[in-house]
Amino acid sequence: MNLGNIIEKIKDSGLLGRSGSGFPTGLKWEMVKKAPGKKKYIICNASEGEPGTFKDGFILENYPQEVIKGIEIALKTINNSMAYIYLRKDYYRKFKKKLEKLIGNLPIKFFKKTGGYLCGEETTLIESIEGKRIEPRSKPPYPSQKGLWGCPTLVNNVETFYCVAQIARDEYKGNRFYSLSGVKNPGVYELSEKLSVKQVLKITNNWPRFKFFVQAGGGASGRILLEKELNQKVGGTGSVIVYNPNKTKPIYLMKKWADFFFKQNCGKCVPCREGVYHLNQTLRKKPIDQKTLNDLLFALEETCFCSIGRCVATPFRSLIKKMNKL
Amino acid sequence: MKEKIQISINGKKIKAFEGQTALEAAKEQGIDIPALCYHPDLGIKENCRICLVEIKGKKDLQTACSTRVKPGMEIITESSRIRKARKINLELIFSQHFEECNDCVWNYRCQLLELAKKYGIKINRFLDRKTDYPVYQIGPAFIFDSSKCIDCRNCVDVCEKQGIGFWEIKDRGAQIKIIPSRDKNKDCVYCGQCIVHCPGGSFESPEEFEKIEKPFADKNKIIVVQFAPSIRTSIGEEFSLLPGMPITDKLVAGIKKLGVKNVFDVSVGADFTTVEEADELIKRLNGKGKLPMFTSCCPAWVKFVEFYFPEFISNLTTVRSPHIILGGLIKTFWAKKQNIDPGKIVVVSVMPCVAKKYEITQKKLEINGLKPVDYVLTTRELARLFKRKKIDLKKIKPTKLDSSFGFPSGAGVIYGATGGVMESALRTAVKKITGKNLKNIEFKQVRGMEGIKKTEVRIGSQTLKIAVINGLGQAKKVLGELKRNPNLYDYVEIMACFGGCVGGGGQPIPVDAEIRKNRAKGLYQVDKTNSVRLAHQNPIVKEIYKKFLNERKNIHLLCHTHYFQKKRGLVKILPRGRH
Repeated sequence: MNLGNIIEKIKDSGLLGRSGSGFPTGLKWEMVKKAPGKKKYIICNASEGEPGTFKDGFILENYPQEVIKGIEIALKTINNSMAYIYLRKDYYRKFKKKLEKLIGNLPIKFFKKTGGYLCGEETTLIESIEGKRIEPRSKPPYPSQKGLWGCPTLVNNVETFYCVAQIARDEYKGNRFYSLSGVKNPGVYELSEKLSVKQVLKITNNWPRFKFFVQAGGGASGRILLEKELNQKVGGTGSVIVYNPNKTKPIYLMKKWADFFFKQNCGKCVPCREGVYHLNQTLRKKPIDQKTLNDLLFALEETCFCSIGRCVATPFRSLIKKMNKL
Repeated sequence: MKEKIQISINGKKIKAFEGQTALEAAKEQGIDIPALCYHPDLGIKENCRICLVEIKGKKDLQTACSTRVKPGMEIITESSRIRKARKINLELIFSQHFEECNDCVWNYRCQLLELAKKYGIKINRFLDRKTDYPVYQIGPAFIFDSSKCIDCRNCVDVCEKQGIGFWEIKDRGAQIKIIPSRDKNKDCVYCGQCIVHCPGGSFESPEEFEKIEKPFADKNKIIVVQFAPSIRTSIGEEFSLLPGMPITDKLVAGIKKLGVKNVFDVSVGADFTTVEEADELIKRLNGKGKLPMFTSCCPAWVKFVEFYFPEFISNLTTVRSPHIILGGLIKTFWAKKQNIDPGKIVVVSVMPCVAKKYEITQKKLEINGLKPVDYVLTTRELARLFKRKKIDLKKIKPTKLDSSFGFPSGAGVIYGATGGVMESALRTAVKKITGKNLKNIEFKQVRGMEGIKKTEVRIGSQTLKIAVINGLGQAKKVLGELKRNPNLYDYVEIMACFGGCVGGGGQPIPVDAEIRKNRAKGLYQVDKTNSVRLAHQNPIVKEIYKKFLNERKNIHLLCHTHYFQKKRGLVKILPRGRH
């Protein structure tokens, strides 16, 4: 396989990481390649913990050879490197054997996820592989400088590696995988990444016939959009969940999110550990104390240690703002 | 030193060192940024989220403890946004922290309370969620009330730094708990560094406040109070005096005001330890006994050896620690001289240490069936008792020490700082080996706050290889070296706490490197101005050796002990509200 200047090619493609954070992939590869270090690591993140998102599982099921190809390209591009595939427990069970066959002699190992939602965050994932507590690390240093075992480390999502394989063959069309639920034809669809939520729903023949609202970009951390706001890109992890306001009450959704973030909490920093705890308590008291709710969301979005914590407030904020219009 | 760069804090242009944190740079300018999980002795954790600042060009609030300054950086430390964020996070911290302000090691000087006032927070805005969390008693030395814990993890980190790792984090999210390790290969050695590094006052001595008056209660007993070398330059901090100011005579006056007639200085006991230890060193250097010889006045260090490194037990000097020797002399020599029944004497030691509470429980130290020391109070506990009795050390008129047990040499006073025991023993060993006293008796190379100080000292025809260590993490390293090469040193001083006893687990809080340095400086100042600076020249030491410690048997009984491999100590869960 002649890779040419793959990093330039990735940059030219405009590919952004598909984990949800949207960091330019080419730049990330370049940083790891250039970082000083005798040994380097590549990690394929298949921890897929965001509710309503199941496209990584879909890709592993249907295009595993593409994912392995993408990792192989990274191994060839980044000197003295070896790779891990960090798999969610059920993915480990389902796909390990199939992937092993495809890997052959490549220096790629598997790692079975030890934690939950947080392992999607790259420094937490690295701590998890190192056998430490499931908690994020301080940044800087970034994983591209000092990651796994202190070595420069490239962490990319399953879908990102899939895209890289296509870029290498000049077949990349700028598509992404959308996970749709709450619709007539739920599932994963590969469509242009430029599409708006509305287009995704229409093209897949999923435009609801009832009055609805949407949570886009993640079933926990994604934002709430009203019917008239669907002319924007999906964003985040590419998931779209359709809700019927007659069936799903806002308070139910908020309790569900709060419960999810409570259970997935690592406990490291005050606003997330205590804030989410009291968010849960506040939502369970009637009437809901709006000032307290607002203050807690403020502390979460402004002061949390990691990006995941800072995103906790997103769905609540957008839902509260639009509550009267549902 | 790195280059100075220009930054601005709150619009004011200032110089800072590149790589310094925003918190440090601000502190140097006298700008106080509140921080709870930050401690200069420990790594940066960024978990309390209180030291938040705004950095121009960054969207999110940043933690000052972890932000390294860069040229041209513009930092804002106060704004309505910062204030609001700090306020809510403080309220959340208070929801974890079960307040018992009247009964706290911080003696009302706690930062939590200060911040609560400064930010006008409602400390009970959120319900306390830890009210039913357990209280652990760790041996006889101290307790951990986990209902006060704010999960900052300083205790975990400092215990790790000590090479022990007794405090562990269990579970996650809001279920997170700090618990004593259940690993049977781990044990707490009672150094008490967790106590002085906890911003929440979750750790205290058992009965730190309830029973401090007990030793003084029995009117049929004769109460003797002896205070440790390092107390004199630290207890003043509890009465807003500067760290390091020696206030021996005010301390004596304070204790007397409690109604105690007999007040002695443990530094006198230290002079006996010095003489015995110098003797033993010479014996070992002459082939009688194992080298290197380790000091043994620090009970946490001794327990560290007895539990983790029993193979080094025979390296420990058999000499008893200063307060145990003096306690023994009080109940024998002094009792006889005063014509008192030793059984009626109650000896109370005021110590910078919680491990001393454990040390006195050991049966092997008893003399004629009596404990040399009956109670140990920490520096903090004595300060608390003074406050309760409205005794203000700042204002009190000084009183000279009781002369019935003489006065200490300067060598006895510097025991409170890392290197002090070594220096005192060397001063005396030189005389014993060469027959002459040194002209310059100061061994500057063993002073200072570095974790490990290694040097060589020439005495007569021989060169002594010595090391001085403070902090058990460092001690662990040196023991590792010694396992590979047993001939590395002849004499090693080890103190479990950072900076030696000046940084002890029973000392006033807060504590940091600067405070420890100042406390030590004060002790060296006392030594410098003392007329007697050599332990063996102390008149009371000479007198007692002549009249009382003139037989091997007596010397052995009062001044020496033995060690053995220790099993894991007890960890009890106490019923709530009874500690």
